[in-house]
Parts: sequence; C-alpha cells; structure tokens
Amino acid sequence: MTEEYNHLGIVVSGSLTKGIEVRLDGSASVEEMAVGRYVTIQGEKRRFFGMITDISLGVTDERITLSPPPAADRFTAEVLAGTGTFGTLHVLPMLTIGGDTGALIEGPQPVKTVPAHFAEVRLASQQDMETVFGGEDARKFYIGTPLDMETKICLDLPELVKRSNGIFGKSGTGKTFLTRILLIGMLQKSAAVNLVFDMHNEYGWEGSSESKHGKVKGLKQLFPASVAVFTLDEESSKRRKVSTDFVVRIGYDEIEPEDIALLRQTLNLTDIAVEAVYQLARKYGRNWVQSTLDIEDAEELPEGLNIHESTLQNLQRGLNTFRRLPFLTPHSSENVVQRILEYLDRGINVVLEFGRYTDITAYILVANLLSRRIYDQYRSRTEKATAEDSIPPRPLVITIEEAHKFLNPVVANQTIFGTIAREMRKYNVTLLVIDQRPSGIDEEVMSQLGTKITCLLDNERDIDAVLAGVSGRNELKSVLAKLESKQQALIFGHAVPMPVVVKTREYGSAASYKDFGSDEAETQKKTKKDIEELWG
Amino acid sequence: MTELSSRVGEVIEASTVEFVAQCYELYRSPPLGSLVKTADENAEQYGIVYNVTTSSIEPGRRPIARGKDEANEADIYSNSPQLAKLLRTEFSAILVGHRHGAELRYYLPPHPPRIHSFVYQCQSEEVKEFSRAFEFLPMLVGAQLPVPVEEVVAACLRQMSREAEDPHRFLVTAGKELAVLLGNDFNRLKAILGRIRAG
Ligand SMILES: Nc1ncnc2c1ncn2[C@@H]1O[C@H](COP(=O)(O)OP(=O)(O)O)[C@@H](O)[C@H]1O
Ligand SMILES: [Mg+2]
Repeated sequence: MTEEYNHLGIVVSGSLTKGIEVRLDGSASVEEMAVGRYVTIQGEKRRFFGMITDISLGVTDERITLSPPPAADRFTAEVLAGTGTFGTLHVLPMLTIGGDTGALIEGPQPVKTVPAHFAEVRLASQQDMETVFGGEDARKFYIGTPLDMETKICLDLPELVKRSNGIFGKSGTGKTFLTRILLIGMLQKSAAVNLVFDMHNEYGWEGSSESKHGKVKGLKQLFPASVAVFTLDEESSKRRKVSTDFVVRIGYDEIEPEDIALLRQTLNLTDIAVEAVYQLARKYGRNWVQSTLDIEDAEELPEGLNIHESTLQNLQRGLNTFRRLPFLTPHSSENVVQRILEYLDRGINVVLEFGRYTDITAYILVANLLSRRIYDQYRSRTEKATAEDSIPPRPLVITIEEAHKFLNPVVANQTIFGTIAREMRKYNVTLLVIDQRPSGIDEEVMSQLGTKITCLLDNERDIDAVLAGVSGRNELKSVLAKLESKQQALIFGHAVPMPVVVKTREYGSAASYKDFGSDEAETQKKTKKDIEELWG
Repeated sequence: MTELSSRVGEVIEASTVEFVAQCYELYRSPPLGSLVKTADENAEQYGIVYNVTTSSIEPGRRPIARGKDEANEADIYSNSPQLAKLLRTEFSAILVGHRHGAELRYYLPPHPPRIHSFVYQCQSEEVKEFSRAFEFLPMLVGAQLPVPVEEVVAACLRQMSREAEDPHRFLVTAGKELAVLLGNDFNRLKAILGRIRAG
C-alpha cells in the first residue's frame, strides 16, 4: 500500500460529539470503505485517530439525482465521482497523537478537539495501528486483527483483569471461542488465575466447533501444567475421556438461603416460600434443606415457624429438584472450596465442568455457592494481607456464562456476582461474564464492566445495554450491528486505547495452537517461575 | 518556443479579453477550440479560437453565387483567381493566459496584443505544456461569447486531449474541473461532457 493509495479525502465539517464528515476524493471508492475501519486525520498540530462509523453518498446538484447519466455512460459517472457526486464518511474521532514532545512521550490521548477544515484523511496504516495498539509483549496479548489489516490488536491483560469484563454476542457468534482465547491470554500474561464455571464442557478439555475441525482443544489439552479440570459429572467426563483432577460433591448442608433466593425463578418458588427459607435456616441451621425435605406435614413444623401449608409444599417441590442432581448429597466430606483454592494458590486455573447437568438450576446453584465461599476466603485473606502487610492472594477471575441469570436487576443485589462486579477489585476477585442477552443484566453492573468485547448483536435492547454510557454510542451502534455473524468483535473499554473492531484470532487449527504457545516445557517453567516470584 | 508554433496570421483587432486575427491564407484558420498565441517582443499571449469567419474584404459588399455553370466548387475558384484576393478568413480568440518570463500565467495579460502581432497556432509540445493545468477553464467557461460556450470548451478539450499521454485520463480530469466549476449547473456540464466523451 502506497501513501497515495491510503489517501481518502478531506474533513469538511463535524463536531467532537457528533463526529466528523469527511468528503471522499473521486479516486477513493465508497465501496472499498467499511464501517469499523480506522482513519488518521492529519491536523495542523497533531494527528487524529478515528473510526469510520457511517458511509453515505451526496450530490452537489439535486438535478444529478433527477436526471442521472445513463448507466452506460461510464465517462460521465467517472467525471462526477468525487465532484458532482461524492462519498462521505462519518468518522468518530477517538485519539490524538503528537502535539508537543510531552504528548509524544505520553502516547495516544483521548480527543478533546476536532481537526480543522480540509485536514487530510487517510486510511490508518499498519504502523499507525501499531502505535496505538502496541505489539505483543509481556503484558499485551494478541486477540485479533483489525478489518482488512494484519496488524495485531493486543489487549493489556494485567490492566484487563483489574476490573470485571464482559463478552457478549448472540448465539453462534464466537463468544465461546473468544473466551477460550482470552483465558489463554490471562493464563499467559496476567498473573491472575481463573475459575471457570463451564456449563457446556467447552473450556476444560475439548470443545466443539461448527467448522471442519469438528473438535477443538480445551485449555487443559494445551496447557496441562496450568489447568485443572473439576467435574460435577464423573461419568460424562469419563465418557468424553477428560483427564479430570477432582470430582465435585456438594452437601445439602452447604446450601444457604441466598442460593435459594437466586433460584426463585428456576425453582418456581413464591416470594413467601423464599422468606420461609430464611426462617427454616435459622431454626434448623446447616441442615435446613434435609430437615425441610423431611417434614411431612405443616403441622409438624416446630414452634415459632409461621409457614403456611401451601408455602411449605411449594418450597418442598422446589427443593426436590436437588434430589435429581446426583452431585448433591445430604452431606459431603470433601471440602470443594478448599480444593479449588489449593489449585488457585498454586497458580493453576480451575475449570469446573457440569457434564450432563446443563440445566440452569444446577449452574446457578453451584456457581453461586462456590463463588460466594471462595470470595469469602479471598476477602479474609486480602484483609489479613493488608493488615499484616504480606502478599495478598493471587488475583482471581471467575468466568460465568448466562450472566443475566446472576446479574439481572432483581437478583444482582443478592448475589455474590453482583457484589464482585460492583466493588471492582477490592479483594482481588473479578468476573468475566459471558452472555447473549446483555439487556438482562443490571445496568449498574454493566457500567462497572471495565472492558466489553461484543460480537454481533441484533436485538436493539441488547445493543443499547452493551453501549450504554460509551461515548460515541450512536456511531458504535451501527458498527456493532454490522459485524460479521462470526468471529468478529467490537472491543472497548479499559484494556484498549480506543474502541476497535477485530477479526478474532483463529482458534482450532494446529497452527493456531502453536501460535498460542502451547509448549508444555515452557509453560511449566513459567508457572514455576511465577510461583517463585510470587512466593519468594 | 516560437519554432514550435506555426504562424497563421496577424492581429487586426484586439481588446483586453480577446483578439481577432486575419489568416494569411484563405480558409487556413486554426480549428475551433485550438490554442493560439500572439507574440511581440514584450509578451506571448494565449487564446482559444472561438469563432472563424470568412467574408468579403470590402465591408458591405457580399460575394455573389457563381457556380451555376460550373461542375464543382473548385472550378469556381480556378476560373476566377481574383476571388481568393477578395475574400478573407478571420478568427476570434478569447485570451486565457500569457507567459511572463518562463512562467505561464492563467489570467489576463496587462495589455492586449498589438495590432499586427503575429499569431501562431501552438504545436504539440506547447499545447501539452499549457494544458498541464486547467486554470484556464474558468475564464473559458465563464466567457460571454456570441457562440455556444459549451461547443468551444468541448472543442478545446478534445484537441488538447489528443496531445495528452493518456487522453482518457486527461478528459476525465478536465471533466472533474468542469464538474466543480459547473457545480450548480448540471445541464451545462452534461452538454460539455456529452461533447467530449467520444474524445
Ligand atoms: N476465533 C475463532 N476461530 C475459529 N473459529 C471460530 C472463531 N470464533 C468463532 N468461530 C466459529 O464460529 C462458531 C461459533 O462460535 P462459538 O464461540 O461457539 O459461538 P457462541 O459461543 O457465541 O455461541 C464456532 O463453532 C467456530 O466454528
Ligand atoms: Mg457458546
């Protein structure tokens, strides 16, 4: 690509809030433009960076549209291109580079003004993109390439995991693939450990793909030394030949009233039934679930409990669901939480697969129950570390799918996930939420997500929810709605200097695994080194 | 530069914006739209031919029809050799630029050409040099002429394009200039484009 080729046109009008109108030269073809691409604008003092968010056609004289030249008259069309008829780009300015020397050292800055009239506009070059997104390094992880370019777009992972993040997109757009890639990135570059609640058994050992590969490797196949697979369904894991590290059993006595509150909808409980749970738990203590299931008649209820017969029945019907979940036993002698923490402390990422128990009840119950207790541990350990000025626990990222089930406005205040999302990284725990229906997530939680990566969304409400509070939201909306139906994502937030559309890095071919650095010896060495560094 | 031009006549009438030249040879006028220049010791001035006339040298006396008994037109002239002396061909050119030192300037010279200045038809190299920029087009397009301006502009560009390395490119670029000049007059633009398309 020559410089000449990159020339697009000039700035003709615009504003900082609404974006800039760029008039395309006759030589630049409208058809070669695409929303989501980057341009640079050479101002007098600094260079601006912006994203194309709309493309339109204009005429200088309405008569051209009224009596257009005949289609066969290529000559007239060619003459008119860029003169009587012209393309316009709508560009959202995002960053500036340069200015005085100080600014050069500081790197790209958010825009505070617009370029002057007639400033020259060009397609951003590979080098421009590198200046802004930087190359791969110890912190930066290659997540994908910008549209029509080979530059690597990199995320600053230590920065990313400081806050909770979200991956969105409708079904089949590449959320799972993106998540896998991001998990690898975190595993390699962030110094954080992950706990993944793997509803569909896609992350730990092996996942499926719609493409010709059929199957793709999971994290443990690629990085056996730094990933452990826990399972709730040993039989299913065995059948799939997963090398599991631990079989999870949870006792009824580990279930707390908050867990039930969260399951109100899926267990079909009335509000009164949920209130009754708290009474029962106060009365029976840890054994409240078993005790409640054992009551045969409301008359048998101990004194002081004010629970109506129908409420009790409603509750018992709900709790009976637990009996169908074999990983739940009245009492479990193993302390799952402790086991998970042991792994996490060693810097080993834990993927908990659900086997056949893919129904939402099991998922909500287990994810909430375990996360709450792990979080409690993190909190007390962090507080202790602060008090004693010792090393706090390794940063933890908890990945949950179907996030709106945990974080919808009704329950977000009650769940541990709502707490984690809201308080940022107070206790070294953050979330990676994956959801195809972001409009179902509490607004406040959404606003706390540091970086959002979103694949195609076509529901207006979902698009609004994801873009709420983002500057240039209207413009980004059209970009988001025009993403390819697979393997393309819009990334914006803390971990990138400006919103960017990427073609997500390829995952699933042998070459891709190699690119991800699935080298056993190396990983082991690094993990060991990390541990040494961390624990001295 | 003069060697590159061929002398075709002399200025017989001049004003700030145009001049009229008489041809040395009957009917040997540079064609409509061609680039001509006048040269005296002070200046070279460029014009575009917009009108060509042939008439009796004596004002008020019109030629009469003579060919009734002749087989063809050529016989009329050979049978009345004096005819060529009684008729003259003149052409009018609109001034579109001048040369100052080595520099071409696409605006009107300070003084019109003098009477009897020689007039040359510009040859290939000079046409190429002059048409490297289109700054002469505004003067041409904006002129008030007794002939249709679109015809003159089109004829001029057609001729210039023949000297260009890439005639099509040349016409497209010129067309774009016109499109800008005639931004609010699509019909005139169409009229010119329609006349240069065939190139
Ligand atoms: N980065 C990628 N590399 C290779 N294939 C991909 C990638 N992203 C998406 N795909 C293709 O798109 C399909 C759907 O992606 P997936 O992550 O399962 O969607 P979602 O989780 O959003 O429903 C995958 O099966 C795969 O074929
Ligand atoms: Mg998925």
